[in-house]
Amino acid sequence: MIICGDEFEQIRFIKKFYKFGNYFMQGNEVVVYGVIFVGCCFYVGYFIIFLSEIVEMMVREFLKFGGYYFQMEDEIGSIVVMVGVFWMGFKVMMVIVGLGFLFMQENFGYVVMIEIFLVFVDVQRSGLLIGQVIKGVQGDFFQVCWGIYGDYLIIVFLLMSGQDVFWEIIRVFNIVERFRMLVVMFFDGVFVYMREFVKIFDVEEVEIIYCKFLQNEEEVRFFFGDLYGDGVLLMFFFGYGYFIYVMGLMYKENGFCDVYIFEVYDRFVRRFYRKIEQNRYVYEKYEEYFMDDVEIFVVSWGVMVRLVFGVVLKVREEGIKVGLFVFKIVYLFLGEWMRVFGKKVWVVFVLEMNFGQMILEVQRYVNDDVFFKGVNKIGGVFLMVNEIFCEIRGVV
Amino acid sequence: MVKEIYLCYFMVKYLRKEVFFIVFCLGCGGGIVFNVFVNVVDQFRIDLKDFVVVSGIGCFVWIVLLYFFVDIFYIIYGRVIVFVIGVKVGFFDKKVVVISGDGDLVSIGGNYFIYVVRRNIDIMVILVNNMIYGMIGGQVVLMIFFGVKIMIIFYCNIEYLFQISEIVVVVGVFYVVCWIMVYVYQFIESIKKVFQVKGFLFVEVVFQCFVQFGRRNRMKEFVEMFCWFFKNLVFISKVKKMLLEEFEDKFVIGEFVNRERLEFVSEFNKLIDEV
Repeated sequence: MIICGDEFEQIRFIKKFYKFGNYFMQGNEVVVYGVIFVGCCFYVGYFIIFLSEIVEMMVREFLKFGGYYFQMEDEIGSIVVMVGVFWMGFKVMMVIVGLGFLFMQENFGYVVMIEIFLVFVDVQRSGLLIGQVIKGVQGDFFQVCWGIYGDYLIIVFLLMSGQDVFWEIIRVFNIVERFRMLVVMFFDGVFVYMREFVKIFDVEEVEIIYCKFLQNEEEVRFFFGDLYGDGVLLMFFFGYGYFIYVMGLMYKENGFCDVYIFEVYDRFVRRFYRKIEQNRYVYEKYEEYFMDDVEIFVVSWGVMVRLVFGVVLKVREEGIKVGLFVFKIVYLFLGEWMRVFGKKVWVVFVLEMNFGQMILEVQRYVNDDVFFKGVNKIGGVFLMVNEIFCEIRGVV
Repeated sequence: MVKEIYLCYFMVKYLRKEVFFIVFCLGCGGGIVFNVFVNVVDQFRIDLKDFVVVSGIGCFVWIVLLYFFVDIFYIIYGRVIVFVIGVKVGFFDKKVVVISGDGDLVSIGGNYFIYVVRRNIDIMVILVNNMIYGMIGGQVVLMIFFGVKIMIIFYCNIEYLFQISEIVVVVGVFYVVCWIMVYVYQFIESIKKVFQVKGFLFVEVVFQCFVQFGRRNRMKEFVEMFCWFFKNLVFISKVKKMLLEEFEDKFVIGEFVNRERLEFVSEFNKLIDEV
C-alpha cells in the first residue's frame, strides 16, 4: 500500500487511530496492529477457526487506510488473488491455519519460483484434516518446511508471545522486502486466543525497508538476472511500460521460458540457495539460557518455551546443570549451534507439543553417543511443569 | 529475412522480437484469434501500457502469451480468473484481458469463474473453446458433445453437453456472446465492445481442434469439422421459437445478453472513500 499511496499520509492516519501505550489484547489483535504499522492494508482472505478476530478487525480497520478486505471462496483463490495484488505494488500477507495452508501450498512452487515476497502467518491446529478444531498444538513443522516438491528453501519464524508478534511481523516484512523470498511465521493455536499485555509503540519508531526497483535499461532487459552478484532480484511492477513477461515455467534471465537447457534451472537454484544461505546472519535468531556450564540440554520452540523456562529454573535450583536453547527460527535449521552444544552435553531433551517432529532434525546434528529424550504431549493439551520436571529428574 | 518482415509489415510492432517460431498445429485457429484481437487493439489505437494480459496453461495461452508485446502474466492451471481480481483491484483504471482455453477457465476453474462473474469485475474474458484438452493430448472437458470420441473416451462419450454461456447469463453478466470461428467479423464486433463499456464481458469462440478432436472423429480436413459444427449449432434468435427437445444437444451461438450492472472495483473504491 505504501507504494501505491503516500507514506506520510499513512503515518498520519495511523497516529490518528492508534495511540501508543500498553494494551491488554489477544494475539490475534496484535497481528493486525503489526500489519497496519508496517503498511500492509490489503487482504483477500478465507477465514477459519482461530482467525475470526483477525478477520473481524481487518474488515473494520483496513478500509480506513484505503485498503481492501473482501472474502474469497476458498484458500486457493485467496492466495492467487494475493499474488495478483502483489504485482500491483501492495504489501501482502496471508493469515491461515494449518488446514488452509495445505491448500495454499498448491501455489507455493509458483510463489517461490517467481520470487514473490509473501508473508504467511500459519496458526497451528491439532489433528489430521479437520481434526480437533478448537485445539492448538505444534504440528505443522513437516508440512511447512518440506511441503512441496522441487528444490526450494523457505524461512520459518517462531513466535511465543504477543509482544513478540508485534516486532517480529515488522522484522519479517523488512526481511522479505530485502531478499525477495517467502517467509512463514508459526503461531500456536494457544497464544492467538490468549490475552496478555502488549506494548504498542509509536508508529515513527517502526523502521521500514523497501525493495530495490528496476532503474536503467540494462536492468529491464535482464529483470530476472542476478546483476549485482548478491542473488537478489530487482523488483518491478506492471503498468510501467516494461512489457514484462512472467511465466510459471522455468525462466531465463530475460523472463522467457526455457525448459530444455539444464543450466537454466541449475543457475536459478544455485542463485536461490546462495541468496538465502549467504544472508543467514540477517534473519537467524535464537535465545540461550544457562549454556556456560551445561550438562543437560533442553531444546524447545514456540509457546512451549514460556513453560519450559520455568521448569529449567526449578531444576537448576536443585543443582542440576540444565541449559535451555530456544529456537526463534526453525528453518533453515540452526544446525551448527546444535552441533556445538551437542558436544558439551550427555542428554538432550526436546520438548514439543507433537509426536516428535523437531527431534528428528536435532538428531541429525548431535552425535550418536548423546542420549535423546523427546517429551511429547498431543491432543491440544499442555505439558505440565511437573511432568517435565519428573522426566528430567528421572534421567539424572 | 527477419529484418525484411519487420520493415514491410506494420502490425509487427505488436509482436515480441525474441520469439520467432510458431507453436500451433496444422489447421489450428489460434492465429486467427490473435490476429483479430491485435487488429481491434490497432483500430482503437490503444496505448499498450494500458494492458495486462493474463492467461493460464494450455493451447490457447500461446495465442497471446508468446507473441503479444504487452505486460503478460501466466498463472497456474485453472486459477487465471481469480488472479485477475487482484490485478484489477490494483489496476482499476486500465484494461485487463483474459484469454484462455475451456479446460483451464471452465473445467478446472469453474467455481472461481462463477464467483467472478457474480461480482461483475471489469475484465474481458475471451474463452477459446476447442472442446478438448489439446496440449495434453485429449482429456475430456465439460463442453463436449454427446457421442464423440477422443483419446480418453475411446469408444463413445456418454456425458451431456454443458454450455458455459448459458450459465453465465443466469449468473448475471453484462455482455455474453458466443461464436464459432467462421463468424470472424461478428467476433471482431464483439471484442470491440470491451473498449467502449465497463463491466464483465464474456466472449466465447468455438473452434476446431483438428489434430486431437477431428482426427479421432473421422474428419479428414478441418473444413469437414466446420460442416460438422454447422450441423450441431443453432442461433439464439431461433432458440426462442423452438421447443426444448429440439435444441437440447446443440450448441447455441449468438449474442445472449447485453445489459448494465454496477461494477465491483469502482463500487468498492466508492465505499473506501465513504469510510
